[in-house]
Amino acid sequence: MKNSSESQANKKHFNSSDHPSGDERFKVIDRTMKRFDFEKDALLEVLHATQESFGFLSNDLLIYISSQLRVPLSQVYGVATFYHSFTFEPLGKHNCIICTGTACHVKGSATITQALSEQFEVPIGKTTEDGLFSLTTARCLGSCGLAPVAVLDGEVHGRQSPQSTISLVKDILARETEVLEQGEPG
Amino acid sequence: MTLEKLEKMAQRERERQEKFERRVFCCISTACLSAGAGRTINALQEAVDACQCKENDVEVVQTGCMGLCSRGPLVRVEDKSGEPIIYADVDIDVSQQIIAKHVPMGKLKDESVSEDVQEIREKLKKARRRKGLEQRILDTNAPFFAKQEKIVLQNVGHVDPEKLEDYLAHGGYSALGHVLQNMTPEEICDEILRSGLRGRGGAGFPTGMKWNFVRKEESSTKYVVVNGDEGDPGAYMDRTMMEDNPHQVLEGMIIAAYAVGASYGFFYIRGEYPIAVDRIRRAIRTARRNGILGKNVLGTDFNFNAAVRIGAGAFVCGEETALIHSVEGKRGMPRMRPPYPSTSGLWGKPTLINNVETMANIPPIINGGADWYSRIGTEKSNGTKVFALAGQLTNTGLIEVPMGITLREIIYDIGNDVPGDAEFKAAQTGGPSGGCIPTEHLDTPVDYENLNKLGSIMGSGGLVIIDTTTSMPEFAHFFMDFCVDESCGKCVPCRVGTVQIRTLLDKIIDGRGEPEDLNKLEALCHIVKATSLCGLGQSAPNPVLSTLRFFREEYQTLISSQEPT
Repeated sequence: MKNSSESQANKKHFNSSDHPSGDERFKVIDRTMKRFDFEKDALLEVLHATQESFGFLSNDLLIYISSQLRVPLSQVYGVATFYHSFTFEPLGKHNCIICTGTACHVKGSATITQALSEQFEVPIGKTTEDGLFSLTTARCLGSCGLAPVAVLDGEVHGRQSPQSTISLVKDILARETEVLEQGEPG
Repeated sequence: MTLEKLEKMAQRERERQEKFERRVFCCISTACLSAGAGRTINALQEAVDACQCKENDVEVVQTGCMGLCSRGPLVRVEDKSGEPIIYADVDIDVSQQIIAKHVPMGKLKDESVSEDVQEIREKLKKARRRKGLEQRILDTNAPFFAKQEKIVLQNVGHVDPEKLEDYLAHGGYSALGHVLQNMTPEEICDEILRSGLRGRGGAGFPTGMKWNFVRKEESSTKYVVVNGDEGDPGAYMDRTMMEDNPHQVLEGMIIAAYAVGASYGFFYIRGEYPIAVDRIRRAIRTARRNGILGKNVLGTDFNFNAAVRIGAGAFVCGEETALIHSVEGKRGMPRMRPPYPSTSGLWGKPTLINNVETMANIPPIINGGADWYSRIGTEKSNGTKVFALAGQLTNTGLIEVPMGITLREIIYDIGNDVPGDAEFKAAQTGGPSGGCIPTEHLDTPVDYENLNKLGSIMGSGGLVIIDTTTSMPEFAHFFMDFCVDESCGKCVPCRVGTVQIRTLLDKIIDGRGEPEDLNKLEALCHIVKATSLCGLGQSAPNPVLSTLRFFREEYQTLISSQEPT
């Protein structure tokens, strides 16, 4: 527990105004910190909120959290890098998560990941150069009855095969190029 | 709110439910949602609306897991005039067939209904004539259902997880009311001790004993933590419990808090379980609004509040000291024990940490009594265990069986054998901390001691079946990959040992193995097991050791087949 003067100083800092950049997304971080009364213990919750709001954790964001919560930057960085959920690079516009849990594994999820990686020329855990598509894996999504499972842009698809997942991704990316072509003038 | 008021709420809800001629339940647990249950429940509701039947003719209810996740979405129809019927693989078409069959179509009171409703009515008329609905009916007398014994999951699949009234109508919070009025904390701990309940997180420590440790600590502040950081790949019992009957877990937690003298509690839930987080939060809010949480719980002088903390994808945080660090917003690394969390836990205060399933066992034990509970199961492992049955089986899903059932019954009766041409090879229990059990040991009764003897563990309840198409060294490698990734890096045996074990496995699988490598591998496994700091490292070699024990010839074949000729 921190003493009250320190807590007040924090609050003053917060109340000074919105984030100077004018970026609305900072409000989500600020709200979370305020909800926890700027307790240092809330670091994990604040990181969650930040990632939810920004999509990833940049160095600047870590510095911001460090100064607001008065937690050493090294500690913020240490906590953020410890947990798998936090990512330090922005994800692609579309994201495919392949479950690598035991049930999915014995039903061949590794071949799906491999096939996607080759087909769309993207290393596992990375994003394509055009920033359109990310391929990531997850430790068990808990839909083991439907293994193997792929999550494409938040929608869960059960009983997948390399071919079926590739065609799902192709459909989504095809729509993306259509939009691009339509959007181009003349 | 007092207990009497809660009872009135329960009574009102029971009366409301009884008015309905029939109720249609649709599972909205994660597994069924992934299979399209969201569309199914909407289609059911639309069809019911379009029927324009009499008031109290039918109600569509969202509910939790009915067990057979591989056949989802599942829908159950409870009709006053007959036995409940469960339908499997219910898509939009089938849901219209179900409504057309069970619900009498009313006359249109108002001719000016929208075109959509007219269209659905036409579809329902066609659906009535369509055949094939019988094939979707699940036989509830089949071994999958008949061999189970539901205590923890008793109300899962029957109550609406987002409705406190529904839980109350099923007898919810009566155990809490009973202990607050009639039992001292000491009596509760004794009751739990006598019931023989053991920790369902995997280690199997007697729950009553743990409660007594915390109860006897003298401290003005104590905490209760529900461990919902279900990290084992292939396991989703705790998630189902939190998603499908959150109030039962919460009730167990409040009873525990009263028994040990805690005034604040945390649910630590895996970040990958957004629906569970949402439903537990909702349960906490409703409980608080109705006087079940907060100041003067149910009108007594007991105060207790709870909050949710979300994990961030670290398997090691299931270990209790690591979990404590994570709740405190730090890196989730374990520390030496003692001191145990019961003496020095969250912020240095005595803390009770129990798994979700353990907590969910508490209300039934209080309601049924320790004597009743201790008669279920085997001599040293009482009660039931929930398993997530997955992998190469015809029936996969969530099951609850009495301790002491054999693996053979689970796999061949409940799971209905391996599909296709392949044959059963091994049952993997306990995830990356457990082992593989081969055919010759299938008649072993499932309990804590027997699984340990086989080099596996009960674990939190993941049970993955593999068939003859899986190579065991490769399977062991899969788990070692997991442990290398998840090792927190604090202690050397785990950080370095797991990497070295994996390197040896790589060498063997790639065909560069030498005969003495198997002995090296075994020796290394024993060192990591004996010297690691926490449960993760101590159990990480189990998958390798158990496959070496039962499937050694597969390793040997890999080594000998690659020797130069």
